[in-house]
Amino acid sequence: MPTIKSLEELKKIRDEALKKRDIKTTSARVQIVVGMGTPGIAAGARDTLKEFLTFIEEKNLTDVVVRQTGNFGLDSMEPVVQVIIDDAKPVTYGKVTPFAARQIMEEHVTGGTVVQANVIPS
Amino acid sequence: MKFFRSHVLVSVDPQCLEMGAHEIVDTLNDELVSCGLIDEIQVLETSRLGDPTRFGPDLVVYPENVHYANLTVDDIPFLVEEHFLKGRVVEKFRAKETVITDDELGAPKQKEVRIVLRNCGKIDPHNIEEYIAEDGYQALANALTSLTPEQVIDEVMRSGLRGRGGAGFPAARKWQLCRQVPDFPKYLTCNADEGDPGAFMNRRVLESDPHSVVEGMIIAAYAIGASMGYVYCRAEYPIAVANLNIAIEQAREFGFLGNKIFGTDFSFDLEVRMGAGAFVCGEETALIASIEGKRGEPRPRPPFPAVKGVWGKPTNNNNVETYAVTPQILLHGADWYSSMGTEKSKGTKTFAIAGDVVNTGLIEVPFGLSLREVIFDVGGGIKDNKKFKAIQTGGPMGGCLIEEHLDLPLDYEALTAAGSMMGSGGLIIMDDETCMVDIARFFMEFTQEESCGKCTPCRVGTRRILDILEKICDGKGTLADIDRLEMLCEEVAKNSLCGLGQGAPNPVISTLKHFREEYIAHVVDKKCPAKVCRSLIRFEITSPACTGCMVCARNCPVEAITGERRQLHVIDPKTCIRCGICAQVCNFNAVEVLS
Repeated sequence: MPTIKSLEELKKIRDEALKKRDIKTTSARVQIVVGMGTPGIAAGARDTLKEFLTFIEEKNLTDVVVRQTGNFGLDSMEPVVQVIIDDAKPVTYGKVTPFAARQIMEEHVTGGTVVQANVIPS
Repeated sequence: MKFFRSHVLVSVDPQCLEMGAHEIVDTLNDELVSCGLIDEIQVLETSRLGDPTRFGPDLVVYPENVHYANLTVDDIPFLVEEHFLKGRVVEKFRAKETVITDDELGAPKQKEVRIVLRNCGKIDPHNIEEYIAEDGYQALANALTSLTPEQVIDEVMRSGLRGRGGAGFPAARKWQLCRQVPDFPKYLTCNADEGDPGAFMNRRVLESDPHSVVEGMIIAAYAIGASMGYVYCRAEYPIAVANLNIAIEQAREFGFLGNKIFGTDFSFDLEVRMGAGAFVCGEETALIASIEGKRGEPRPRPPFPAVKGVWGKPTNNNNVETYAVTPQILLHGADWYSSMGTEKSKGTKTFAIAGDVVNTGLIEVPFGLSLREVIFDVGGGIKDNKKFKAIQTGGPMGGCLIEEHLDLPLDYEALTAAGSMMGSGGLIIMDDETCMVDIARFFMEFTQEESCGKCTPCRVGTRRILDILEKICDGKGTLADIDRLEMLCEEVAKNSLCGLGQGAPNPVISTLKHFREEYIAHVVDKKCPAKVCRSLIRFEITSPACTGCMVCARNCPVEAITGERRQLHVIDPKTCIRCGICAQVCNFNAVEVLS
């Protein structure tokens, strides 16, 4: 740990500490869960995941959490992504290419309309 | 701003570093790079996450909030592949127990203002960064870099802060006196020897927010010119001692303690000294003797500790709460602090409310609130809809106040004028089923036991007072005993060496003043009006409530109850030990207590 020698250094530590606390306490409105099992990764789930992250960064969204999970069990539909907004029923998407990922972010997450073309009916 | 889907907080406190936390951070970063995840996952270093001796080295992954413990460098590649690449939680690395947080203290009740208790339960006491996030150590930085010691004293003086230990001496005035003594080195002590029955305000602050006390002490040391400080904490508070030691160590790491703090010429260090459980060590001269390793006994004053204290050098002693609130005063200004409270008692005060009240526990309220508001609004009223009888303020050396005092404001002067005192903040509330002679006996038993024995009035006097009270409770008292009691109380209060003896008779004096008729009932009528004193009560089973179910007879430990099934039972008063079990077990309220 560095020895703090001035008020500015203290304030820097304070800001960092506040950021860390935000990380711990942030309750996200939207959860995006990407299936990253072997078939998911083989079908390009990594690129899909990256596209989600890029979009969030571009638009500076603060209430979205991207998580990964294992195999959804729908290998033919990989990459599979689940979108959970607040307490609503999760929406499962199949064949989510990076292009579809962007569409989901724009239309569903920010717009509120489900992207019907990719939905896997449950 | 760069968006990371996941954050890894790795503990880098000294113990974890020793166990290889830095190597873990490096390996983690290398692995994330080789998996191509470095743009998605951020590794941050933080202070301790859990007890390093049990968990270290450890890390927590957010947003999942998974705590991995006892890691080695060899575990990292597997962890990265499983958790970060494939998204599977690795159960075998998970911490066995979760970190315990403090939820004993609930949300503030109505009319509460939390300043001293503001961080309790909100921040992790083991993590200095969380305290810093709550503006911690900013007041210290300001004071050291832009204020002179005189200006610090001046600001605290203007805030009207009075010592929270009980006497209410203006804190800044005390600091000034110590500063003016031309003798070095100077010492600073913190009285954390909280011993009043039922009081735990200081424990709560020390356990949940130790840094506020540490910061307050450093500021006070700067104001006085002290170079060394001691926190005198009782050994019965092991968590408080442990958390204080962690806080002091972390403050040293960050350079808030040690040489040339904040790059100035001011140097100060702190140490915890443990008390061995003597109540009298809360008295400042006894506390100082105990810190020096001597027997914890008070000595006559003057010389006051400000002139001759620890190791014969000028010493300033304040209570935990006084120090804990000091940073807040410097941070928000004297005017902010003095806007709360009454004309002579400024700010807020923590109290431990105990006894026959609905919401027992800790509260923090501004001075000036009436006792009625404290008992009925903050405390939620008397338990079981019973009637209020009395309130003991100021702990075992305070006095009891009654119904007519309920509208008194909480204020040092008002309580003293009413024959009680503020004390350190213990409030014991009693309902109408409390025997005041018995209460006086209870407090006397405590002080008599805690008397250190150095001076005769306290050593012998408290014992004699207790003897008379026991005699009265036993039904063997006479009217002459009451007179003798009054005389003894006066002598003990007048001639004792320290506050313990001087205050010890207070519960007796105040109960005699307000409830003399109860004493007289005990000695003349041989009755205990509240039906508490065992020698003066008897139990009787009444007809027709008694159904003859035999429950009482079966439960009686001395077989004093006789009676056939479905017949009225009878208690033999000669055998009965008045334990009251029969009244507790009776389902028909047929057992009556008579006096």
